[in-house]
Amino acid sequence: MAEIVTLADAIAATVHDGDTVAMEGFTHLIPHAAGHEVIRQRRRDLTLVRMTPDIIYDQLIGAGCARKLVFGWAGNPGVGSLHRFRDAVENAWPHSLELEEHSHAGMANRFVAGASGLPFAIMRGYRGTSLPAYTSGVADIVCPFTGETLTAVSALRPDVAVIHAQRADRHGNVQYWGISGVQKEAVLASARSVVTVEEIVDTLPPQPGAVVLPSWAVGYVAAAPGGAHPSYSLGYSERDNDFYKAWDEISRDRQRFAAWLDEHIYGAAAAATGPDPAAPTRAAC
Amino acid sequence: MYAPDEMMTVTAARSLRDGMTCFVGIGVPSEAANLARRTHAPELVLIYESGTVGAKPGYVPLSIGDGVLAETADAVVSVPEIFNYWLQPGRIDVGFLGAAQLDRYGNINTTMIGRTYEHPAVRLPGAGGAPEIAAACKEVVVVLRQSRRTFAERLDFVTSVGFGTGPGSRQQLGLTGGGPNLVITDLGVLRPDPATLQLVLTGIYPGVSVDQVRDHTGWELAVSPDLSELAPPSAAELAALRLLASAPAASLSRRPPAATVPTAGGASP
Repeated sequence: MAEIVTLADAIAATVHDGDTVAMEGFTHLIPHAAGHEVIRQRRRDLTLVRMTPDIIYDQLIGAGCARKLVFGWAGNPGVGSLHRFRDAVENAWPHSLELEEHSHAGMANRFVAGASGLPFAIMRGYRGTSLPAYTSGVADIVCPFTGETLTAVSALRPDVAVIHAQRADRHGNVQYWGISGVQKEAVLASARSVVTVEEIVDTLPPQPGAVVLPSWAVGYVAAAPGGAHPSYSLGYSERDNDFYKAWDEISRDRQRFAAWLDEHIYGAAAAATGPDPAAPTRAAC
Repeated sequence: MYAPDEMMTVTAARSLRDGMTCFVGIGVPSEAANLARRTHAPELVLIYESGTVGAKPGYVPLSIGDGVLAETADAVVSVPEIFNYWLQPGRIDVGFLGAAQLDRYGNINTTMIGRTYEHPAVRLPGAGGAPEIAAACKEVVVVLRQSRRTFAERLDFVTSVGFGTGPGSRQQLGLTGGGPNLVITDLGVLRPDPATLQLVLTGIYPGVSVDQVRDHTGWELAVSPDLSELAPPSAAELAALRLLASAPAASLSRRPPAATVPTAGGASP
C-alpha cells in the first residue's frame, strides 16, 4: 500500500546520495516540485534518468545534484538549449557530467524491459548511427526465428521513479490522463516510487483514457498542487510556455541561475510542507 | 514580400499530400505540417512522439506535448506504444525532421559538433525520436537552413541515418523505411540522385542563384539538369502561415467546435 506523506518526507525516504533516479513525464506531468525538493535536500552524485531532461534536470544538474545523465534528448522543447546541461558537458561546471545517451525509442524500450522483469528489450534502431560506439547497453542481437539482426537495449532498473499525476484517492491509488509518456513503465521498473498529485480525493471518478496505478504498486503519494509547473496537468493547469522561454535567459548565466535557485528553491523552503530542509527527516525505507 | 524562412516553411508544407500520416518534429516541421492542414491538406494526420495521434491544434504548439495536442487528438497513446506499434512497423507515410548538420547522403547530426564526444565544442540536444523516424517512415523530409556549417562534408556524429554510405547501405543495416527523399532549405530543395543516392539540387527559390547555393554547401554540390524555380508563396499561403505563426493562443479557437471534439483519451474532466 502506498503511504500518503508530505513531499519532503517522500523524497527523504526514497532519494539518497548516489541513487539512480528517474523523474518521468513527457512534456506533460513533469514532477517539478519533487525535483525542487531533491535540490532543496541537497542530494549528490545522482544518476538521473529521463527521456527528455528538460528544465527539471537542467536545474538539478546546475545545482550540482547529478553525476551522470541517462537520456534521449536534452533540450528546452521548442525554445533551444539546456544551458546548465551544456555548461556541465562543455565546461564541467559545476562539475563534469557522465553521459549515457540513447534515442527516445531506446529509452522507452529500456523502461519497458525493466517493468517487464527482462534484462533487455528488442527493437529496430541504432544501426548505422554513432550512438552504439559511445553508449553502453546497446548490442546487435540475431532473431532465433528469422535470422534478422536487430538491436538489444539493456533494461533500466532505477532505484527510484518520481512522477506527477492528476489525482490519487485516500488509499493511494493513482490516476492520470492525457499525454501519458513512460511513467507507468518507470514506476514498475524502479525499486521505489514517489507520485506527487494535484489532489487527493475520496474516490477516483471514472476518466476516459486514464492510467491507474494501484496503491500496492506505488511507494509514496504526496499532494503537490501545481507541482508540475512549468509543465502542466491536463484538466488542472496549462503548460507555462512563457516560463520555458524565460528559462533560456535565466539559465544562460551561472550567477543568474544561482540567484534563481536561492530565491525560488532554497528560499522557498519555508513554503514546503515538509520538515526543515536543512535537516531532512529520514523515514525508514 | 516574404522572408526566406517563410518560403522554406511553405515549400515544406507543399510537400505533404492530403490524407498522409505524418510524424512531426517540433519547429519548422510542425509549422509546415500545421500550415498544410490549414491549406491544401485538411485531412493530413499529425502524429507527435508525445503519443498524440491525429492532433488538430488551432495554432503551432511550442512543444510536442502542449495540452492542445492531447485535447484535439484522435487517440493519445504512451511513448512505448507510439514508437513500437505505430512508428516501427512502417505505418507512417512521412517523417518530418529538422537537423543541425546534414551530409550528402542525407545522414543527420543532432548530437554534438567539434572536439571530442566527451568534451564537444557544441553539445546539441541529441537523438530524441529522430533515429527511428528516419529509419522507419516510408519517406523522410528534412528541413534545415543551408550553410557550409549545416551542409557538412563529414558529420561529427551520425545521429540518424539517411542513405548511410550510399547504395545498399539502408538494406544492409535493416532500415525498413525509404530514407530521405526530400531536403528543404531556405535556398531551395534537394532530392537524392536515383543511382548514387547523393543529394542533388532540384529546385531553387525565386531570386536565389545556383552559385549562392554552392557557396552555402560544404561539399561539391550536384545540380539537376532539370533544375526548376519554385513558385513563391501565394497570398493565401502567406496569410495562413502568418496567422498560425503569430496568433496568440487565446485569439484562436483552442479546440474544434464541441460537436467534433474526439472522445478518445485525453479529454479534460
